[in-house]
Amino acid sequence: MSEQVRERETRRLDRVVVRFAGDSGDGMQLTGEQFTSETATFGNDLSTLPDFPAEIRAPAGTPAGVSGFQLHFSDHDILTPGDAPDVLVAMNPAALKANLKDLPSGANLIVNTDAFTSGNLKKAGYATDPLTDGTLDEYVVHRVPLTSMTITAVHATEGSGGVNKKEAERAKNMFALGLMSWLYHRPTGGTEAFLNKKFAKRPEIAAANIAAFRAGFNYGETTESFTVTYEVAPARMKSGTYRRISGNLALSYGLVAAGELTGLPIFLGSYPITPASDILHELSKHKRFGVRTFQAEDEIAGIGSALGASFGGSLGVTTTSGPGVALKSETIGLAVSLELPLVIVDIQRGGPSTGLPTKTEQADLLQAMFGRNGEAPVPIVAPRSPGDCFDAAIEAARLATKYRTPVFLLSDGYLANGSEPWLLPTREELPDLRVSFTTEPNHTGAKGPEFWPYLRDPETLARPWAIPGTPGLEHRIGGIEKSDGQGNISYDPANHDRMVRLRAAKVAGIANDIPPLEVDDPSGTAQVLVLGWGSTFGPIAAGCRRVRAKGLQVAQAHLRHLNPFPANTGEILRSYDKVLIPEMNLGQLRTLIRAEYLVDAIGYNQVRGLPFKAAELAGVLEDVINQ
Amino acid sequence: MTVTTNRSGISNRLLDLVPAAPGPQSRKDFTSDQEVRWCPGCGDYAILATVQGFLPELGIARENVVFISGIGCSSRFPYYLQTYGMHSIHGRAPTIATGLATSRPDLSVWVVTGDGDALSIGGNHLLHALRRNVNLKILMFNNRIYGLTKGQYSPTSEVGKITKSTPYGSLDRPYNPVSLALGAEATFVARSIDSDRAHLTSVLRAAAEHPGTAFVEIFQNCNIFNDGAFDPLKDRSTRDDVTLRLVHGEPLVFGAEGDKGIRRTDDGGLAVVSADAPGVLVHNASAADPSQSFALSRVTGDSHGVTPIGIFRNVDVPTYDEALNRQIVDAKSKQGDGDLMNLISGGETWTIA
Repeated sequence: MSEQVRERETRRLDRVVVRFAGDSGDGMQLTGEQFTSETATFGNDLSTLPDFPAEIRAPAGTPAGVSGFQLHFSDHDILTPGDAPDVLVAMNPAALKANLKDLPSGANLIVNTDAFTSGNLKKAGYATDPLTDGTLDEYVVHRVPLTSMTITAVHATEGSGGVNKKEAERAKNMFALGLMSWLYHRPTGGTEAFLNKKFAKRPEIAAANIAAFRAGFNYGETTESFTVTYEVAPARMKSGTYRRISGNLALSYGLVAAGELTGLPIFLGSYPITPASDILHELSKHKRFGVRTFQAEDEIAGIGSALGASFGGSLGVTTTSGPGVALKSETIGLAVSLELPLVIVDIQRGGPSTGLPTKTEQADLLQAMFGRNGEAPVPIVAPRSPGDCFDAAIEAARLATKYRTPVFLLSDGYLANGSEPWLLPTREELPDLRVSFTTEPNHTGAKGPEFWPYLRDPETLARPWAIPGTPGLEHRIGGIEKSDGQGNISYDPANHDRMVRLRAAKVAGIANDIPPLEVDDPSGTAQVLVLGWGSTFGPIAAGCRRVRAKGLQVAQAHLRHLNPFPANTGEILRSYDKVLIPEMNLGQLRTLIRAEYLVDAIGYNQVRGLPFKAAELAGVLEDVINQ
Repeated sequence: MTVTTNRSGISNRLLDLVPAAPGPQSRKDFTSDQEVRWCPGCGDYAILATVQGFLPELGIARENVVFISGIGCSSRFPYYLQTYGMHSIHGRAPTIATGLATSRPDLSVWVVTGDGDALSIGGNHLLHALRRNVNLKILMFNNRIYGLTKGQYSPTSEVGKITKSTPYGSLDRPYNPVSLALGAEATFVARSIDSDRAHLTSVLRAAAEHPGTAFVEIFQNCNIFNDGAFDPLKDRSTRDDVTLRLVHGEPLVFGAEGDKGIRRTDDGGLAVVSADAPGVLVHNASAADPSQSFALSRVTGDSHGVTPIGIFRNVDVPTYDEALNRQIVDAKSKQGDGDLMNLISGGETWTIA
């Protein structure tokens, strides 16, 4: 891109963590996404962590309004978005203030000096200018007048005529992206194509952004600020075709796939809520798959409509986050009683109440497990990574349809918005989940053939699913206790006791229909087992690697099914001296494990709205191993 | 989907999507084997008998009829009909029925609810079902009291009602269900009386003929906790003088001698005048603007000494379920059926050998 080529050292790194940080209006998410896209195309393994405020436009220039995007990429398989950035791009003083504490000594820091005005310093809470007061002495600081150079570059470019100063200034995120692309030898064709497509209706804006992007790249080439550039070779990953995918997108695709695999139309009844709304947005696009989406008047109507659709032979799905689950509880109980398939997707966020809408947490496990009146068991499935949300959605649909039960799918904000390379499955690898409805009477009564809606399959204990429109099988179901088999209203004490136990046994029996818990114990001699569930898989596995690299032994097991647990769970837990359970809650899985197996597991818990760091978990593991 | 041909005159473009009954049906075909367990003398018995007597008229396959209810005395209704049915949870029947009706255009979906179920705990769902115009028939039994919880005042109880929970008299002002439904721009709104079988049947018929949400308020006597609430409308000696029977296209005239009429007042309301006075209105249930229907809903026994029954509003506008299913048909015809593997491999991909 430039005729001038300087002598520079190029260092090969095995992995890099970069973080973009700016005002929530600065386009940091887009910048991070696009850098990720370049990185995926290049063939690195990667993991991302977007971190943004709940306010759409928080007060500009304040630390509260800072939006960040972290990307970890490598030449080998990685498990987390990285503990600490190797390079931080700070678009203004507030972004610097909010992120500097995470930056290790010696890291690269790229700051937009144009934004360090006295007004912005004051808004960020800086009494003196950190660029000159020694605050940044321990970092390699690159002072870049990003805004002014962007404006100059845009105005000097043909085709960007008609772009005013404000619009030109808005392209400064692309200048930053260009500079980072240069620094890490990223391919640039994809970004230019992306900008042309995104701004197809306003070619002058596209030209301005491309001009800024190229200017950033060329600036790196010509400035003397950077003496080193970095290369991270493509990762050696399992062969196949990959795409980059976020958890919510993978989960949406998993639901579309579940419709095709079960042969049932998908009906999504949902009410918008962060961080689950993207699933509603995504599924609303896929009408050609016969997917019906219904934006209901509230959370209750969302699940009610889904349950009504299931009664009619659709696969009903509702998507929400913790506060929405609270509102849906009564209908989940009804679904338990009706024994109809239903998938309840809970993208967990910080709680209680409104809590931290855009931050992650795992504190809805006990709500999913117990948050209903009466004995109301519901199977729980939890994905471990963004791509795994696809398979977990299919598994939830499998259990829901096979066992005629509501099923919880517990994802979280970290999985929902984080992304990773995803090895595309082939059609043959997907399970056959075809469902058959009951069409014939299943009982002979005094007056001849009858249909008994609660006459169970002896193996699965699932009841028959006969949908309206099936002649001769007209029946009524409801939330009042029903007689075993026949399904008429029954207030008989012994019958109720039997029905409660049957519903419990049905869900418990799923333990025989799920894979056993697997243990990763390379040496086979570990005495400490670390047990996790959901999105902590990556950080826990990364922590284990670090510990093993030091010559210590640790075993790792990760639960995908939280209710019921795999049949061998107790046996595995009891075979280790110590069991450590790290969770982003105050010990909810630990409570269940202790109650179920009487194993005195050790908890490691934090609820900071962010995923665990690998180094932190490694430290905890070492402590537990050495104690 | 089967298109029916053997109906007794009841038809609309959505009902035509429901398979026809294989032959003539009788009340017995719609009667389940369950023992009816309302209090002796309850108005619900009369409504049940009328509905069971009316359903065969529809000429649709029994297995394609679904009754969904919430919680309350009225919500036991589905158990007594030999159709598909669901006795769900308090106030939520419209949500369940909405999911069922939108995903199954081949069904005739009915909601049975009461004044507490529909207007109190389920008020929000009722409003949204009405504004969306989903193809549902909502029968709301209004007895102006809570029966199943044993006699507390309801959202339609009159102010000052002495009940178990209001020994000094209830304080909150009641809803007028017809005004509420019209305010939500419901496309079909009617009122009838449990004991008037012929009138109730005619209203049910019109509701069934209406494509979209039909809201039917049925005055229903609770002889245990609020006995006689609608006696003036039922007593042979008084009823003609206090009941205005709405007939589309006919003058708004009532009274044993047909001597009273309804006229607009200067402030936009309605007043009772002599039937031969100038300006007596003609009822127009199909007006696009619901203003006159709303004004009629404000005519009550308390305020005007007369209660209108019949169809307040009946307009044909596109339904939510038709529009949703049209989007699916259009998407499939324009883009073809979805291909799962194409979908998931969309976006940028790369291959590692």
